[in-house]
Amino acid sequence: MTTSLSFALAHSLPELVLAIGALVLVLVGAIRGRARDVLTTEIAIGILGVAILIILLGAKSDAVIYNGAFVDDGFGRFFKVLAYSGSLVTLLMAQDFLHRAKLNKFEFPVLVLLSTLGMSMLISAAGLIALYLGLELMSLALYVVAAFHRDDAKASEAGLKYFVLGALSSGMLLYGASLLYGFSGTVSFAGIAAVLHGTPGLGVVFGLVFLFAGLAFKMSAVPFHMWTPDVYEGAPTPVTAFFASAPKLAAVAITVRVVMQAFPGITSQWQQIVIFISILSMILGSFAAIGQSNFKRLMAYSSIGHIGFALVGLAAGTQAGVASVLVYMSIYLVMTLGTFAAIMSMRVDGKAVEAISDLAGLARKDGVMAFFLAMMMFSLTGIPPLAGFFAKFAVFNAAVQAHLYGLAVIGFLASVVAAVYYLRIIKLMYFDEPAVTFDKAAPVLRAVLAVTGILVTFFFVYPAPVVEAATVAAKSLF
Amino acid sequence: MFGFGILSGIVFLPLVGVAFILALRGDDEASLRNARWAALITTLVDFLLTLVALSKFNFGSAAFQLVEQKSWFGSGLVYKMGVDGISMPFVVLTAFLMPICIAASWKSITLRVKEYLICFLVLETLMLGVFCALDLVLFYLFFEGGLIPMFLIIGIWGGKRRIYASFKFFLYTLLGSVLMLIAVMAMYGVAGTTDITVLLHTVFPSSMQKWLWLGFFASLAVKMPMWPVHTWLPDAHVEAPTAGSVILAGILLKMGGYGFLRFSLPMFPEASAYFAPLVFALSVIAIIYTSLVALVQEDMKKLIAYSSVAHMGFVTMGLFSMTEQGVQGAIFQMISHGLVSGALFLCVGVVYDRMHTREIAAYGGLVERMPVYAVIFLIFTMANIGLPGTSGFVGEFLTMLGTFRFNNWVAAFAAIGTILSAAYALYLYRRVIFGVLDKPALKNILDVSPREIAILAPLVVLTIYYGIHPGPILNGTAASVASLLDNYHTALAALHTAALH
Repeated sequence: MTTSLSFALAHSLPELVLAIGALVLVLVGAIRGRARDVLTTEIAIGILGVAILIILLGAKSDAVIYNGAFVDDGFGRFFKVLAYSGSLVTLLMAQDFLHRAKLNKFEFPVLVLLSTLGMSMLISAAGLIALYLGLELMSLALYVVAAFHRDDAKASEAGLKYFVLGALSSGMLLYGASLLYGFSGTVSFAGIAAVLHGTPGLGVVFGLVFLFAGLAFKMSAVPFHMWTPDVYEGAPTPVTAFFASAPKLAAVAITVRVVMQAFPGITSQWQQIVIFISILSMILGSFAAIGQSNFKRLMAYSSIGHIGFALVGLAAGTQAGVASVLVYMSIYLVMTLGTFAAIMSMRVDGKAVEAISDLAGLARKDGVMAFFLAMMMFSLTGIPPLAGFFAKFAVFNAAVQAHLYGLAVIGFLASVVAAVYYLRIIKLMYFDEPAVTFDKAAPVLRAVLAVTGILVTFFFVYPAPVVEAATVAAKSLF
Repeated sequence: MFGFGILSGIVFLPLVGVAFILALRGDDEASLRNARWAALITTLVDFLLTLVALSKFNFGSAAFQLVEQKSWFGSGLVYKMGVDGISMPFVVLTAFLMPICIAASWKSITLRVKEYLICFLVLETLMLGVFCALDLVLFYLFFEGGLIPMFLIIGIWGGKRRIYASFKFFLYTLLGSVLMLIAVMAMYGVAGTTDITVLLHTVFPSSMQKWLWLGFFASLAVKMPMWPVHTWLPDAHVEAPTAGSVILAGILLKMGGYGFLRFSLPMFPEASAYFAPLVFALSVIAIIYTSLVALVQEDMKKLIAYSSVAHMGFVTMGLFSMTEQGVQGAIFQMISHGLVSGALFLCVGVVYDRMHTREIAAYGGLVERMPVYAVIFLIFTMANIGLPGTSGFVGEFLTMLGTFRFNNWVAAFAAIGTILSAAYALYLYRRVIFGVLDKPALKNILDVSPREIAILAPLVVLTIYYGIHPGPILNGTAASVASLLDNYHTALAALHTAALH
């Protein structure tokens, strides 16, 4: 047993590092108390960095461990690197913001670490129980950080809203899981896949729908997106950046894993659901964002739309489709982090501002920031040669190869509608007269914006690493 | 360098100029002057490079030449560049017009000069890339990427309704383009590659061809622009700065025609034959209707914009006549229109820089104060009408000749269009140049400066040279066009025999 235990530990080393790291940080924080010199954020960043390095440099062998509850495979490693990076960059950016908002409590990095641990378990879940555990660990930490600014009415409202709706969705997910267990007699994905094929019974379909409802909530896909705009707007901006990046990746990852590993036999059943969710998300994300004046709220709708686009790749149901989702989410992560770095840089006389009209004339005040933000917006629109184009190309190409022409046409038309509000931000920055002058942004924010901006702009020069890694990762699911 | 060939050099050289301008610090007069010179020299060197490429080019062959290929993405996408007799003239035209545009903006652009020059240089890279790309996705990348700099050029340096015009331009073009992109993906599904040289020899199933053709048509018709999706063009032209209009009319519109030549006709011959009547109908409507609309315009730029739509009608008509004269004439017409309409916009820019209005009614009797200008404007007006001896005549004549062999009625209607074009062009000329100079503001207007003459002179020379001696262009495109038509008629004949059996 000892060899198999060490084998299991070796394959879950990143998770162990995160778990132990988070616990140690709690201790450090508790002992040092309110002392300002506690380097919890820096340590948390270090822990995440170590976890990323372990995955990148460690053995690339696949294994199913912990009695079939946890799987370490290429797909999981790909998403874990992305999710960890998302958390890491969020922590980097959060420091300055939280300090200014007097929110720099040691609990924040701890919660982010715990939430990341939950994501990691979620991404690697090989059964319904592990899925639920990972999902709840991730979400519980998220509920708390959403309301982290507890003296702020909006933030508290956001946290409460997220919690209540999240609990409801967890309940639906559990209900679906129990139905699936009841009709298949097992909780492991592989076991379910072995039982379900052909035309499943009504109970299984119900279970599938409820499971998807829970997952769609975490991805913030329509029709379970209602919490997104309010929580995005209400939560402190670094928290919003966190919400839009890492947890979303984890939710997409587990959705892909569930449909590919547990339901490959009943593709036509889940494909309908995915196409439905995808179309609604793309359309709502495109139209609803047009009327927004708050940048964070706009990004909430934008992220709903982008989940819709990512699901287009999943709807194809092919290996190329899964690879395209991975490409999409990697590029989405970079664009989101960059955009939020820009949002956090919007500060007038020390006060954070969020209205997009505050961006007016930015090109003349701060050409570099305006340029990179403009590149983000063009990329989110999906204009070549920026990275966002290749992301869209990948998912829609997968859909067209699977003969889902209608989905591709609707998706592209939605992306043209979405172009309106992305272009409006560029218009404000470049065509309009300057309104306010922003304070000098923290160096780390500028660095994040610049790095992500360069990645997005010059992705076309050397896309091979991302594309190849995604192809390899997708292979491990088939 | 790095195994890249001369085409990559031509396409990406402007980016070197961008890097240089970015490296310039400060916003004082000296650094702005340096930036302008850097842009001008870059574009001139680029033009010289295209001449070098031209000298290496064998016009006797229909094959793609100067080809270079690199692996780029996995799954079939490659970085592949190459030119043939059809694309080479457009590459040269683009590189030729760019220095003129930079020079034309020398004095008139004083705001955010560096950004302006960067936009133009990036735009040059993207436009050249469109004509050189031999991979469909690479083509799309350049084709669509051009929206970004053009959006900024219209939106930042445009006129009063620049925001409306820039959004309309962007969204219109994007909407068309995404449908083309779906067609590209479907083609990839059939052929397993997006290499244009392979796709040219791929036979697509006939039911699919029609959808693919429509997908491409959605994008190319907007770009062209064809009636009834031309409405973005007058707005974009009117609001864009002079050089922006020159690029729009001179090169961006040609991408539509080039796309038909490169993709629709050779890759979907059956669908092209099937939809040819539709194209003829739209072309004839464009020629007659937009000419009539041009007659009543009060704004000089708008008038020229509508005349552009009409002239592009001749191009689509000639292309789909599928005769040698028609296709050759269409290519010639595109090159000629690139020179002439570009020059006309520059002429409008000359008086606009002085008077800051484009309203026709604000002018009159300019010949008294600006005799040289009147002569230059006259030459281009005549070329626009298609007077024999100017380049405009050759293209219009050949397209009508080619169409006449195919369908007499279409050619007859198109001939009415040429009469109308004489009407609106001469009417414009009379109102602006002749008459009594009674507007007080015009009393002290100055004739064209040496800089403006330097800008317009090469265009005058080429317009007349190609009018008298169209051989260089026609011979250059002959081999490629012959091979295109040969393949087209073979494909249709094969289909016909298949249907008989």
